[in-house]
Amino acid sequence: MPKAGIGTTVIRKEAWDKVTGNAKYTADENPAGVLTARMVTSTFAHAKIKKIDYSQALLQKGVKAVITGEDYPVLSGGLVADRPPLANGKVRYYGEPVALVVADSEFDAANAVTFVKVEYEPLPVINSLSQALASGAPLVHEHQETYKHISKDLYPQPGTNICDIKKIRKGDVNQAFSNCDSIVEAHYSLPQSDHIAMETRAARARISPDGTVFVKSASQAPFGIKKELSSVFNLEQGKVVVEVPFVGGGFGGKAATQLELLAYMASKAVCGREVGIRNSREQDITSSPCKLGLDATLKLGATKDGMIKAAQMTYLVDAGAYADMGPRLSKAMAVDCTGPYNIENVSCDAVCVYTNHPYATSFRGFGHASYTFCVERTLDKLAKKLQMDPLELRKKNGLAPGNLTPTQVPLTASSLGSLGPCIEKLKPLINWEEGERIELGNHKIRAKGISCFWKTSDSSPDAVSGIILTFNNDGSLNVNCGCVECGPSMKTTVAQLLSEKLKMDISRVHVNMDVNTKCSPTHWKTVASMTTFMQGRAAMRAAEDVCRQLVSLAAVVLRCPPEDLEVGGERVYVRHEPSNFIHFKDLVHGYQYQNGNAVEGQIIGRGSFIMGDLNLLDKETGKGKAGPWWTVGAQGVEVEYDTEEYTYRLIKAATVIDAGKVLNPKMCEALVKGGMCMGLGLGTRENFSYSGKGEVLDTSLRTYKVMHFGETPQYLVDFVETPLENSPYGARGLAEHGIIGIPAALANALSVASGVELDELPLVPETIWRIKTGGRA
Amino acid sequence: MFRIKEKSILHLNVNGEDREVVARPSDILLDTLRNQLALTGAKPGCENGDCGACTVIVDGWPIKSCLMLTAEAVGKKITTVEGLKNAPVQKAFIEKFAFQCGYCTSGFLMACHALAQKHPNPPDYVIDEWLQSNICRCTSYEEIGEAIRVVLSQKQ
Repeated sequence: MPKAGIGTTVIRKEAWDKVTGNAKYTADENPAGVLTARMVTSTFAHAKIKKIDYSQALLQKGVKAVITGEDYPVLSGGLVADRPPLANGKVRYYGEPVALVVADSEFDAANAVTFVKVEYEPLPVINSLSQALASGAPLVHEHQETYKHISKDLYPQPGTNICDIKKIRKGDVNQAFSNCDSIVEAHYSLPQSDHIAMETRAARARISPDGTVFVKSASQAPFGIKKELSSVFNLEQGKVVVEVPFVGGGFGGKAATQLELLAYMASKAVCGREVGIRNSREQDITSSPCKLGLDATLKLGATKDGMIKAAQMTYLVDAGAYADMGPRLSKAMAVDCTGPYNIENVSCDAVCVYTNHPYATSFRGFGHASYTFCVERTLDKLAKKLQMDPLELRKKNGLAPGNLTPTQVPLTASSLGSLGPCIEKLKPLINWEEGERIELGNHKIRAKGISCFWKTSDSSPDAVSGIILTFNNDGSLNVNCGCVECGPSMKTTVAQLLSEKLKMDISRVHVNMDVNTKCSPTHWKTVASMTTFMQGRAAMRAAEDVCRQLVSLAAVVLRCPPEDLEVGGERVYVRHEPSNFIHFKDLVHGYQYQNGNAVEGQIIGRGSFIMGDLNLLDKETGKGKAGPWWTVGAQGVEVEYDTEEYTYRLIKAATVIDAGKVLNPKMCEALVKGGMCMGLGLGTRENFSYSGKGEVLDTSLRTYKVMHFGETPQYLVDFVETPLENSPYGARGLAEHGIIGIPAALANALSVASGVELDELPLVPETIWRIKTGGRA
Repeated sequence: MFRIKEKSILHLNVNGEDREVVARPSDILLDTLRNQLALTGAKPGCENGDCGACTVIVDGWPIKSCLMLTAEAVGKKITTVEGLKNAPVQKAFIEKFAFQCGYCTSGFLMACHALAQKHPNPPDYVIDEWLQSNICRCTSYEEIGEAIRVVLSQKQ
């Protein structure tokens, strides 16, 4: 009877819109009369703004207004209010928005920005983490103590470039190290890089005469924008309406609020007229937030039989010029700092550091791809030292129910999932038994590397989600949910869950694709692989709510006790006598008797969810619960390496992930593969390089390279299903996870192949050559 | 040959229809399609010829519409994604999960569609060469590869 509930492959609801050009993204609707704003951006990474002269710009054709930071001396930021939407007094990174030109058209605005003259007085540039932490270092923020902290668990160090420190202290590390037979220590360095969503960020704003602000944005966090706009500009929340249509990829980068603030300021400058702003690719890379950089030192100690007993780690996060999500990212690293291994003695400092680099925000994996690289590289070094099979070492130390996490949360099979079976399933996928390194002759070597991962979400305990259900006269269902469709098919997943729960055909479940904060129930943000869980929980409640109403009305109509009734196939029927039923269509907008009388109104279902039982971490030990549950997995990469050229081909990339329950098999597979592809990008080529003055040098897709068609290996995906008991049908989040262990697995494979330890990214042939030869030809 | 010195009325043939547009000599085809003809299937992704999200078909060949002047397109037959009517490549992209966010999809569809017309039986390296001009950030490309191969196999 029911078609396409969970566990079967479902084509996404908006599929035909996306192959016909009918799917509309923020910058696709361009009504006549909308003005265009363009940023003037900083040409220095750190400098005082001495003067901004825009008198000539104002005289250019079509120019309506020019605004600068002096016009809006406000500070924004989701965790710390430290960022002026337009630089005020000084600039802190290359590409920082300095002024905004509002003009009739993109053409006029582009012309006018060249007439804005900014005079700078250069300041010493913090161009690396070590420079930032050196004693007497120039300060990126001179007055951290004056900043408003939105998040309660931040520990900044005013007078330094340290924005936050998170500490994990579990067990006795010093004692444990002294009992270890084998200790390895290593240092790692990973660059900042960029999300490169194919749609650059864009926003539009207008202000109606009654003061209502309407924003349209390419965002993963429409409700976050509402909150941020109202707090920064002191607006009534009910008078901020944010709309989000389809989003052309987010990967975490569109969860930050930036252009929306600028669009609002621009609209205000022209008496509320609608103004649109859209990043060029160059601005999207340099001016808008990026992925963090990381310097890390790790020390692992084990007994001679390979039991890891102690871990000490320092993670220094290059958060760039402003905090944005930086402190939350370093916290996420601290929370899961050991990787999915049971280590009883852990000491970890995760330090969020300001530099004069572009500022970092959430990026697919939320810090996990970065620290996992360090953990998994160190495990391979430890295996080498112990002369142990790297895969066995991981299996032996894998976390299990009953173990405590670094923040001392006791794990259960439900909350953790099963790493062991993931590792076991990975083995045949990558032919592990044939050996890690195979000489092919002709100076070619085939090598494999592996990595495991785990990830929880660092959500707010008060993160909420909601679903409203209404019906059409014909009995079909309308779903109103606040998650954004940015690629992973979350809207279809919600429909799938409801189709399963209500036992109705998925084609009869209609989901809103666009989000409007005035109409849709609040959904925290579409991030953290939490959408299926949070929206799913709300959907289950909403479904139960409509069932209760349908059954109560049907009981009267069918003249039977409500407990005898079942819902399915758009009918309410008597369980022991299914031929006695009534159609949804005769109930959902009230029931009408033969004589014309009608009773009950339309049936409206509501379901809500709150993250709930999470808490803040203890300042000294990190003890506390940061996320609701984990997703674990094991990954492998196989390469063919040329020992003379230092080049390599990608042969295979594999992931086995504990999905809890695979809801939409082909979609889950596609998400994991896409994550692996992005992970290979991080591993093989992606990074920001800076000039000595802190200017980002890779500002276009010609120099900032991502993976392209035809360069990809064979992708293999398999699943383990350990139900997450408090999630609909046991499903865990998995949209981010394909990326997490891939850079590490790649570096492990290439280290085996090249015979040197490759502890930095990206691994371009030149890097391998430099490390292998010491840079001598 | 014609000369265009300032904003002028030009005639374009788009998706089989003759359309009138106003363009400066420097205007690019992508902007004209999007802003004047509301054909927003072609997307700006880099406006530098690097990403292929703006790919349309001009006289049978895939062209990055951010690299073609509107004036250059006069007298040519332009097909945008809105002009594909149940082309096999659309169905294949859906069935093979060859897109997620959908932003690069129009460009990839046009590149694939043109490839299938120009090279009904291409060796792998030709497929790679043609599709390397476009970037997708969501999928692994494997799905797009499967989709184009389905289309090509149907042509045999």
